[in-house]
Order: sequence, then C-alpha cells, then structure tokens
Amino acid sequence: MFAYILRRLLYAIPILIGVNLLTFALFFVVNTPDDMARLQLGAKHVTPDAIERWKVEHGYDKPLLLNAQATGSAQFTDTIFFQHSVAMFAFEFGKGDDGRNIGNEIRNRMGPSLAIALPVFVIGLLVNITFALLMVFFRSTYLDLWGVVLCVVLMSISGLFYIIAGQYFIAKLWNLLPISGFSGGIDGIRFILLPVLVGVVAGIGSGARWYRTIFLEEIGKDYVRTARAKGLSEVRVLFRHVLKNGMIPILTGAVVVLPLLFMGSLITESFFGIPGLGSYTIDAIQAQDFAVVRAMVFLGSFLYIVGLILTDISYSWVDPRVRLQ
Amino acid sequence: MSVQPVILWTDALIFALLAGVLVLVWFIRRQPHLRAPWAAVARRPMAIGAALVLAVFVIIGLLDSLHYREKLGDSPPAKPQYSVEVLSVFDALVGPLRTQQEKTYSAPLAMQLYAKEFVERDDATARDYPRLKYGGAHLRQAAARVPDIVRRIFVGVAQGLAASLLLFGLLAAWQTRLRHLAFGEWLTAWGTGRLGWPGRTVVLILTAMLMLGVVIARLAAGYHVFGTDKVGQDVLYISLKSIRTGLVIGTLTTLVTLPLAIVLGIAAGYFRGWVDDVIQYVYTVLNSIPGVLLIAAAVLIVQVSIEANPDLFDTAAARADIRLLALCLIMGVTSWTGLARLLRGESLKLRTLDYVEAARAFGVSHARIISRHIFPNVFHLVLIAIVLDFSGLVLAEAVLSYVGVGVDPTMYSWGNMINGARLELAREPVVWWQLGAAFAFMFALVLAANLFADGVRDAFDPRLGGRR
Repeated sequence: MFAYILRRLLYAIPILIGVNLLTFALFFVVNTPDDMARLQLGAKHVTPDAIERWKVEHGYDKPLLLNAQATGSAQFTDTIFFQHSVAMFAFEFGKGDDGRNIGNEIRNRMGPSLAIALPVFVIGLLVNITFALLMVFFRSTYLDLWGVVLCVVLMSISGLFYIIAGQYFIAKLWNLLPISGFSGGIDGIRFILLPVLVGVVAGIGSGARWYRTIFLEEIGKDYVRTARAKGLSEVRVLFRHVLKNGMIPILTGAVVVLPLLFMGSLITESFFGIPGLGSYTIDAIQAQDFAVVRAMVFLGSFLYIVGLILTDISYSWVDPRVRLQ
Repeated sequence: MSVQPVILWTDALIFALLAGVLVLVWFIRRQPHLRAPWAAVARRPMAIGAALVLAVFVIIGLLDSLHYREKLGDSPPAKPQYSVEVLSVFDALVGPLRTQQEKTYSAPLAMQLYAKEFVERDDATARDYPRLKYGGAHLRQAAARVPDIVRRIFVGVAQGLAASLLLFGLLAAWQTRLRHLAFGEWLTAWGTGRLGWPGRTVVLILTAMLMLGVVIARLAAGYHVFGTDKVGQDVLYISLKSIRTGLVIGTLTTLVTLPLAIVLGIAAGYFRGWVDDVIQYVYTVLNSIPGVLLIAAAVLIVQVSIEANPDLFDTAAARADIRLLALCLIMGVTSWTGLARLLRGESLKLRTLDYVEAARAFGVSHARIISRHIFPNVFHLVLIAIVLDFSGLVLAEAVLSYVGVGVDPTMYSWGNMINGARLELAREPVVWWQLGAAFAFMFALVLAANLFADGVRDAFDPRLGGRR
C-alpha cells in the first residue's frame, strides 16, 4: 500500500512537469512577453520604453530558457523559465498585477471557496442519491419515467439561469436572503445559504440521472436476485444491498473532485461576490493577469492529481477485492 | 443589387460537415445492419420529436451561414466597392427584423418605449412614454393594441392549423397510395399509433411548430415580439442569429475532438506498450488542467495574436469568425480526453477477441485490422459521445462568454446576450425579456438535443439492451 502510494506520487511528478511545460509554452513562447505588455498597456499608443518598463516590473525582461550573459548556474536560473515556471514546484507563485503575493491570496481565499463548495458537494450527493433511489424504487412506472424526463429538463437549463433566477426571486423579490456577499463566522451562514441552494438544485438533473443508471445496473445483478429469492423486502434489498454496492462507483467518482473543491466555482463565486479562489480566477482572466492564471492552472492540476491518487486509494478501501500493488 | 459572396471559415467547415453527414447517411442507408439502430431511433416518439425541433434550428443555422456583402450604391461599376457589413441569407429573409431599430428598451409587444422622455403633444412638452418608431406603428391609439395582438394570434393559429392540415392530407395521400390502404384504415392506424412509426408525434410536433412559427411571424410583422434591447435592436432577431453560434460551437468542436480521440484512443488500446504510455501521459496532463483555465489561457493568447495582426481580416465578421473557430479548436483540444479514454478501454478489450487474433494470424496489417475490425465496433461509442457532448458545449458557450473568454463580444450569441443583460434585472423597472429570450432559446435547443441524444444512446448502446 505504502509503496503503491509512493509510486503514484513519483508518477505525478512528470505530469506536473508536463503541465508546467505546457503553460510555459502557452504563456511565454506562443505569445511573447512583448505581446502581453502590449495587451495590458493597450495596443495603439505604446512605446518600446513602456513595454520594457512593464517587462522589468513583472520580471519578464530575462531570456526565456538560457541566459548567455550570466555565468555558471545563473545561466539557467536567471531566466523566465526558472524564475516563473520552476518556482511553482515550491509553490512560489510570485506577485499578481495588483502587487499582492499570489500564494497569500490563495491561502486566504481557500476558506470562502470551501465554505460554498463543500456543502454543495455533500448536500448535492445526498439529494441526488435520494432522488435516484426513489426513481429506482418506482422503476418502470410513470413516476420513474417522469422523474427521468424532469431530470433531462433540469439538466437542459443553463447553470447561469439557476443563479440569476435564484438571486432574482429569492433575494430580490421575496427578500429571503441577501443577494450576495460574504462574512466569516456564524453570521456568514445567511450569505452561504443561497449559493448552496442554487448549486444543489443546478446539479440535481445530471446527478440523479447518472446515479439512477448506476443503481439500475446494480439491480440487474445476480446477488440482488438472490436477496429477493431469500424473501427480503424491496426496501431492504434497495437499502442494504443495492445502495451499498452502488456507492462504490459513486464514491470513487466523487473522490476525484474532492480536492478540486478548494478551487471553488468560477461562476457561482463571481455572481454571489464570494471572495474565494473562483472569483479570484475570474477576475484574473478578465484583467488578463497572466501570473495569477498560471498559478491557478498549476494549483488546479496539482489538486486533480491528488484527487486521482485518492481515488485509487478509495477503491481499495471501499472494495476489498481491489488490491493495490 | 449585386452582391459579393463571403465564405467565412466556419461557413466552409459547416458545409463540409453537412456534406460529410449526407455521405454518411447515403452510406448507412445502403447497409441494413447500420440502418437498423437508426430505424430504432426513428421509432421513438421522443427522439423523432426532438429531431424535428433540432431540424428547425439547423435550417435557420444553415441559412445564416450563407454570407454575402452588398455592393455600395454609390460605388463605380468598374471598381465596385462592397459594404463592410457581412449579411446572410437569413438576414435577407427576415428583412425588417434586422433594420427596424428603436431608440432603446421596449417591452415585448409594446408600442411605447420603456423609458419616459419629453414628447411634444398639442404644442406642449410633456414627460411621457414616446411611441415606438416601428413596434405597433400601425395602431392609432393604445386601446387598439390588445385586440390587434389577439387578432394576429388567432389568424396565425388558424393559418398554421390550415397549413398543417394540408400537409397532413398530402402525407395521408402519399401513404395510402404507397401501402394501398383506404383513407379510413390509414387514419385509424394513425390515430391508434399502429403505423410502425410515431405518426401522431410527428404530426403533433409539426402542427405545434407551424402554429408557433406563423403566430410569431404575424406578430413580428407589427411588433417586437421579445421587445428590444438597450440599443433598440429586436431581441427576437438577436436570439435567432445566436442559433448559428450555438450550433457551430456544438458541432465544430466535436469535429476537432473526433480525429484526436479516435486515433489516439484506439492506438493506445490497440498497440499498448510505449504508445499507450505516451498517449496516457498526454491526456492525463491535459485532463489535469482545469478546463476553463486552459480555454481561458488559450483564448487570451488567440486574442493577443488577433490584435497583433489586424490586417489579416477585412471585416469585423471575419475577425469574430476566426475567434469563434479558435474557440472551437481550443474546446476540442481540451475535451477529446474523455472519449479517448473510453475508446482505449474498448480497444483493449476488442484486441484480445478471437476474430482480431485470427486476423492477426492471417497477417492482416495493423491499419487494416483497426479500420475493419476495431473501428466499426467502437463506432457506437463515438456516435453517442457526439450527441451527448453537443448540448454540454452549447451550455458551455454561455458560461465562457460570461467569463469573458467565449465568442467575440460583437458576435450574436446567447452567452453574450446573457452577459450583456445580467445587470438588467437589477434595474428598476426590471428588464427581463432579453435574459428570458436567451434562456428560452438555449433551453429549447439543449432540451431537444438531450432528448435526441437519449434516443440515440438507447438505440446504439448494446449494454442497455432492451432495458430502458
């Protein structure tokens, strides 16, 4: 087990290097720092001096890969690649265009992101499983058919609609909850309720439908027939046997997104004014702050790989037949 | 008036895609074993109804893909000059919808502007809602508006019904002649749903769409059916123009995805060894980068290079079009991994089967084994992925446009409509029609696509078998 995890961790390194090289190529080779400067400073009235100054300010005035003017190891370290890409492995993200330290921002903003994403995830999972089980319980009746149709309708509605409609009706028209904002502590709950509600509702369509097919696949298996043959009631079969075995694909599918919850949701956070990582990213994209976007790409990939490893571990944990070696 | 045809990049690709689909249809029609699952799709009322709705969207999108530029009236005949505005056949068909521009917001079917202004009345200036330039301009007084609208709806419904009855009669005449049935027999078979194809659903959906279409056309002749936006443009026109953008993103992205996913997925599963390792490495790397961020990064870069070479594009439409194409490419490159993984798994299974082993023992080349034995057996997966991805891509466009990395801001798209209108709900009084229209159109397209995708999946996925 331990050796397996260690090997997976080692395997993660080349992937992170790949991500790093890809982002380096995208951000520095395909379009040069000169282009970035021009985009930031406005395309028309820009002098070479201004571009130079912008590059020095952001530390982009060095050669890309090899600094011929330096000596010794500085030939490699005094370059954009080393200072901006390799440094990420130590989680040194540098500064954004607003001059703040990106690493600090990330640490401060993880909390609010998690405050929304975690409840959405947990409540969403419970609600979706409940709906899926209900549909499976009433399978091949009209209740099941219309449940599936309802799911398809729900998943055909744009996620933006849920947010906008939720804000308009619940917050603006009926004044039940604040429209947006965030505060820490127990007082912050009223700010969290609406985004969580919207997030859960928006996920029901695809979630419940997906879990329904998993449970249906499970219910056709031999052990379920055996259980029924023993004379167990349908409720008991569903909750004791089908639910437990159906949870294997559901849980392992959920584990991979668990670490990514830290990243928050771009759209929800920006609509509800939550100072999390999602709104940080969206602001960076809109302000074309390349340093922050690059940092978020690296962080996202890192968390995804953590998720992959956790998935493998959870497989062997929930299903003893799976052995890791 | 002479015109200069304009072929944008996406137009060319759309028509290439259309040609490809037609060739595929012709090929499938000749092969009974390929035709069978499609016949099963056609027997499902839900799927066939959705397909009819989709067809309407596709026709509008195709009409909107035939672009041209009008000749300027005062240009010399020897050296004609063309307008910088790129129009489409669709624009020409809906004519006044595009040109009848008001001053600013007006509510759906209104005859007055949504904001008070100083208006001249009986030699005095009063603060009131001014009349619209076009919406309800044929009316003399406000009291005539509601009866006029009701009359238009009734006439529209009646005409739609009449057209549908005519079509139904033609269908009945054709079918009875084809099958040598009496009209009464055919009608009973149709009414009880024993035609062998979902005749009732087809007739019902066609009737509903005809009536809706005629009613909207009737109303649009005198009013702005979905109101006007901030600069006074007809919202119905914007929504209809957005159809093409949605379709382009949903289809061209898949077109980019397919070759990558098919070649790499099958190669990884079939050859295994280092090929598998390399391909798995590539897709894990791509997969591990959050999709939106990768798209955002790539779109920012495309933006930089478009702005660095402004001379390459002679019209704003060409510029917006290149950005749309780039968006499709980028989304395609980021989204092929899911299908590739699926195909890899399936090919791993298939390569151990007896008939593949036999082919290998006979010395059949790898290329031939893959094209004759592996690919046809994973094709259903490819097809299911195409139809399932479509709706997700249409929805993704809205989100990406909101983030600011979607289509060009000058392009008509539901995402841009929502993005531009999201502050309108905070306004007093509320302006809801632009958001409403964008969501309604998007919902109709995505729901139809989802229902059709369900039908296709049920018919093609062997795992589902008879179970539903």
